[in-house]
Amino acid sequence: MANSAGMTGAASAMAQEAPYGDAARVFEKRKIPAPLLDIQELSVTFAQYAGGLQKRNITVITGLSLTVRPGEVLAVVGSSGSGKSLLAHAILGILPVNARVAGTILYAGENLTPARQVALRGREIALVPQSVGFLDPLMRVGAQVRRAVRNGNAYLAQRSVFERYHLSDGVDDFFPFQLSGGMARRVLVAAATIGGARLIIADEPTPGLHPEAAGEALGHLRELADEGRGVMIITHDIEAALAVADRVTVFYAGATVETAPVADFAGGGEALRHPYSRALWKALVKNGFVATPCAQPPPDALPSGCLFARHCETATPECSREHPGERQLREGTVRCLHAT
Amino acid sequence: MPLKAYGIGFRYRPGPWVLRGVDIIVGPGEIVGLTGPSGLGKTTLARILAGYERPLEGAVSLNGNPLPASGYNPVQMVFQHPEKAVNPHWRMGDILREGWEPDDGLLAALCIEKIWFSRWPNELSGGELQRFCLARALGPKTSYLIADEMTSMLDAVTQAQIWHVVLDMVRERGLGVLVISHDMPLVRRLCNRVVDLW
Repeated sequence: MANSAGMTGAASAMAQEAPYGDAARVFEKRKIPAPLLDIQELSVTFAQYAGGLQKRNITVITGLSLTVRPGEVLAVVGSSGSGKSLLAHAILGILPVNARVAGTILYAGENLTPARQVALRGREIALVPQSVGFLDPLMRVGAQVRRAVRNGNAYLAQRSVFERYHLSDGVDDFFPFQLSGGMARRVLVAAATIGGARLIIADEPTPGLHPEAAGEALGHLRELADEGRGVMIITHDIEAALAVADRVTVFYAGATVETAPVADFAGGGEALRHPYSRALWKALVKNGFVATPCAQPPPDALPSGCLFARHCETATPECSREHPGERQLREGTVRCLHAT
Repeated sequence: MPLKAYGIGFRYRPGPWVLRGVDIIVGPGEIVGLTGPSGLGKTTLARILAGYERPLEGAVSLNGNPLPASGYNPVQMVFQHPEKAVNPHWRMGDILREGWEPDDGLLAALCIEKIWFSRWPNELSGGELQRFCLARALGPKTSYLIADEMTSMLDAVTQAQIWHVVLDMVRERGLGVLVISHDMPLVRRLCNRVVDLW
């Protein structure tokens, strides 16, 4: 008895220290709704010409599984080159023609077929792209955002969403190049939400913004989730992710290695399930700035076993035999034979 | 043997002054941070220090002399967006060896795989390209490194790897570094001294 009481005490102390633990605890108390987006074992393969007429296939995403529930922010965190942006493009059905997709994507419980992708993107499912480079450089931003309005008075709808994001009348007539970094993010969020989308996918929402503007951009995404939408943030910036997310999915070399509630990113990373997630956590300046030597294997030379085995301290011979499958572990998932 | 800039003034033709009366000094083996909100000319100052722009007022000196007009520049700069800092028509191996022949030790420390040498820049990720850009800039004749948001596009593990390589060079051969970054925890962890540009 005394022992178990002691453990509870320690656990609650840890939760209090967790910087963004509150959001996760609130989330746990609610009834967990059915996922809005459910992706299982997604893979993306590109056919390339390797000199002459020789074709070769490169699988860039090998095993991606994640879920986004209504009312939550899921952050997908991974290193550059891990295939994160392709994930957004696969969901929206805007991959290049030489890409082949396998696995299942369910949206609101139904298969997300190419026809449904065309019907839903921009309406039910919206992308907040990385930069103003995705806007038409020759069109005033007010007019561009009005084009996304499907019903009713487009001008009123655009003004009201601009007001929500503190974009004054004058901004309507700006061209994209006249926007500051923070304003550009707000215009992109306005464009994505004006059509009433239920699933918002934000690709790298923070780079190039100074801390206040980055915090504001993330705050807008959190608000959208609190209104009941599902929000997925794709980012390399784990601190930004932890600031607003309910759950975090860690992505390495084209596969999801772990999904964890944000509260697990605390202390020395003991609660994390996968060694790569721990390496990511410990690499932060505040957690020791530890440099784990873990360059990702390139997509055309993936090992036969666990993708991380070469850099893993706990790897055993079984690890290099076959890809570990994903399994449930302590309110999360992991792809590691040895995780406990 | 410091890298010094004094009284720097710069503007684009008739526009307002981007920089006016700016002094900065970095000594050998010293890591200096440069911070400040966007749009205050941090990158312009970096480009002036590395010899990419000429100041309209003031001057830059290295060991009391102007920066060399030709040959290897001992002040090397690494940019925020590596994809814009490499020649898209060169293979990675040629890009890497533009200024010197990096040794295996450095390649291993930066996790640069030799099979990437035959690739084109658009076949590598931003993090992979940035490792090449840093290796390219760290030749033995480099005495100062200007790192302009060098790791802000990279994940935490890659950031830590890259900075540990730079920190080793600072210790081992007295490389001087100017770190331009918005990331205050990173700046405080790395730098001996921080200059706030106002």
